[in-house]
Amino acid sequence: MRINPRFIDKIVQIGLNVQAFFTVSILVVIVAIIFFKGFPYVSPEFIFSSPEDMGRHGGIFPSIVGTMQLALLSILFATPLGVGTAIFLTEYTRESTFTKLIRFGVESLAGIPSILYGLFGFIFFVIKLKMGWSLLAGVLTITIMILPTIIRTSEEAIRSVPRQLRIVSYSLSATKWETIKKVVLPAAAPGILTGIMLSIGRAVGETAAVIFTMGSSLRLPLSLMDSGRTMAVHFYILAREGISMEKAYGTALVLVLSILSINVLAYYVMHRAISKYS
Amino acid sequence: MIEKSLLKERFVKGVLVVFALSSLFFLFLIFMFIFSEGLPLFLKVGLSKIIGGSKWAPTKGSFGIFPMIVSSFLVTVGALVIGAPMGLSCAIYLSEYSGKKMKMFLKPALELLAGIPSVVYGFLGVVYIVPLVRDYLGGSGFSLLSTSIILGVMILPTIISISFDSLVSVPKAYREGSLAMGATKWQTIYKVIIPSAKSGILAGFILGMGRAIGETMAVIMIAGNALKIPGSILDPLRTLTGNIALELAYASGDHRLGLFSTGVVLMVIIMMLNYIANFGIKRKIAK
Amino acid sequence: MLKRLCFLLIIIATFLLSCTGQSHDKAGEKYAITIAGSTSVMPFTEKLAEYFMLGHPQFVINVQGGGSTAGIQAVMNNTVNIGMSSRELKEDERRLNTITICHDGISIIVHPQNPVRSLTLQQVREIFNGRIKNWRELGWIDRRIDAVTREEGSGTRSAFEDLVMKGKEIDDSIMVQDSNGSVKEVVATDPFAMGYISLGLVDQKVQSVAVDGVIPSIKSIKAGRYKIVRPFLYVTNGELDTHAKEFVNFILSRDGQKILKKEGLVGFYD
Repeated sequence: MRINPRFIDKIVQIGLNVQAFFTVSILVVIVAIIFFKGFPYVSPEFIFSSPEDMGRHGGIFPSIVGTMQLALLSILFATPLGVGTAIFLTEYTRESTFTKLIRFGVESLAGIPSILYGLFGFIFFVIKLKMGWSLLAGVLTITIMILPTIIRTSEEAIRSVPRQLRIVSYSLSATKWETIKKVVLPAAAPGILTGIMLSIGRAVGETAAVIFTMGSSLRLPLSLMDSGRTMAVHFYILAREGISMEKAYGTALVLVLSILSINVLAYYVMHRAISKYS
Repeated sequence: MIEKSLLKERFVKGVLVVFALSSLFFLFLIFMFIFSEGLPLFLKVGLSKIIGGSKWAPTKGSFGIFPMIVSSFLVTVGALVIGAPMGLSCAIYLSEYSGKKMKMFLKPALELLAGIPSVVYGFLGVVYIVPLVRDYLGGSGFSLLSTSIILGVMILPTIISISFDSLVSVPKAYREGSLAMGATKWQTIYKVIIPSAKSGILAGFILGMGRAIGETMAVIMIAGNALKIPGSILDPLRTLTGNIALELAYASGDHRLGLFSTGVVLMVIIMMLNYIANFGIKRKIAK
Repeated sequence: MLKRLCFLLIIIATFLLSCTGQSHDKAGEKYAITIAGSTSVMPFTEKLAEYFMLGHPQFVINVQGGGSTAGIQAVMNNTVNIGMSSRELKEDERRLNTITICHDGISIIVHPQNPVRSLTLQQVREIFNGRIKNWRELGWIDRRIDAVTREEGSGTRSAFEDLVMKGKEIDDSIMVQDSNGSVKEVVATDPFAMGYISLGLVDQKVQSVAVDGVIPSIKSIKAGRYKIVRPFLYVTNGELDTHAKEFVNFILSRDGQKILKKEGLVGFYD
């Protein structure tokens, strides 16, 4: 006796609904735990004061600053390098071994796990180049880590700028660079910016590559050679050592909210641009 | 006037060439460095002794990472077992059953899930999953099972979004043709849509595997980090990534080279996985 | 819009970079000391540094972890002023100077609800060797012993291997954590766990086990009855500069030792 396929259909539909609901609820549960357990401990004092007693008391200000320094400086280095490379690849060259080589490098690096960046950064920057655990070592490592993403997203964004725009620009006797600067880049800007923001989000949440290069000093980094913590590193140490559950949840909340706002901003920028151009 | 702008063009092109070359330099720097530091030990101790060796005691001259290779694979397979069915069904739901409202709500939700840092997942795993496993199933809770559960959740966004993209790119004509011949929705999905989206979905699984095998922080918090190959899913284990992270700060000399060799093995495995996945996606596009 | 954002970014970056100039301008006024190494010694150095900096605001003391070996290496490379070590120096490290700042017992710990309170050294050795696997063999329930050790390269593990294992290897099936704090966390949350940590870190979250009839405490260590003890060392490359010396002298003074004693370490004075 064959079971009525329409019946199976109904069952499957219900099953998939349940499944999707379950998956979404995992997300909701995770965010809810962090929010409700962390919220009581996040206050202006928490955000603006320094940790005391290894983080058992006090706040997380140095790690917030450390996070901002690391993320912004990395973007400062990686963006011109990455966007410039993308422009070069799309506008100035034809497919050749050189471009294939770069693309191979970008694709391969995209999957490299962060611990390998940590391994590389630690031995190369911290030890061999004698930078010690420092903001600089961290920035250089994270720059290399986000470079492939920025190159990839910029390339995609630039490629998807319609040929028409370029042709019109040339027909108005603009030079190549003028075209890129005034027509192509502005049109590709949202895509490029989205890539940049997603990279910032990644740098902020990164731990393995940061703890071995920037170190874990509790003090606020006042120079490029100072060590410091990012929020992710501080959270990891608090959690792992069982120093303070409350502070850990608080740090997690600030951390997740930061990444969330960066991602939201990225998508807002993306959507504004899509609506602008369609 | 014309000469001035020509000069400017040349200048700009030159700057961009420098940028592109620098990028290439940095991209390959990390490869070169890891390989150059990792290779000597392979030559000194022997490839088979390292990859096939079962004892990791680097301060005493043993560099066997076989148990860790096995454990890395076990944890990856475990993550797929947990994440793939859930992820694929979610993707099917999203592409075939849900309305616009659901899509608008679920897509950002997925991005959010993907943005949560791995240390937070690890922490939640230690606080909630480990005690659950210990109290209801036995062992210390720091186990293959707990690690697979957390990793499975972590790779959900990857699997869902790639599977979703593959399913959605199946031509409408296929669906309509199938329904026109009297098939039900589910029959259409499972006999027509999934098979045509097959290579994309598989690529998503493989990329998910790549993510799982490269995960470090969450794993060292939950897996227990014991050196033996786990005898059951309730036993602790150590992955290749965990090995590097646990001992990096303390290692020197040959011990450190051993960690680079671990890194080389890890990098080769992930590059292979990425290559297979991209190959699969490209085949799909070519179709 | 793009232009404005770029502008904003450049302003922020310039501001951040200008911060970096500051500490160098004031170099004459601030004395910086970097100390790195053993994660066992670190929390205590951090406490001492916090206290010292309160009374001497022109000092900036930077304390890092990384492990005994990393700290010793860093001192050898002159990337830090002082290295912290929780183990004796090895052959090839002997050319460095060491200053013993205090002693620390290694305590075998179990969960507070664990009824097993006393073991022989032999039993501890066999638990970590893998020969004794079940709490049943020690008089408790039928449940596997979830033993936790430190990672290879840790000074604490080195000391544990010398003083307890005495040549026998720690079994491969035993869990590993990479700091005293995380070992303590595992034992504090798993009723069937056992580990070893710095005596100075033992608090109400975990329980010390008596070894060969002796409960580890500052008293029993000073009396020589509890034998699992190791020195906390500050390692330096040659002579220390005057400012670092000031800090070290503080640690060796009565005031510094009082702080260490309060933290559960074995100092030089009573």
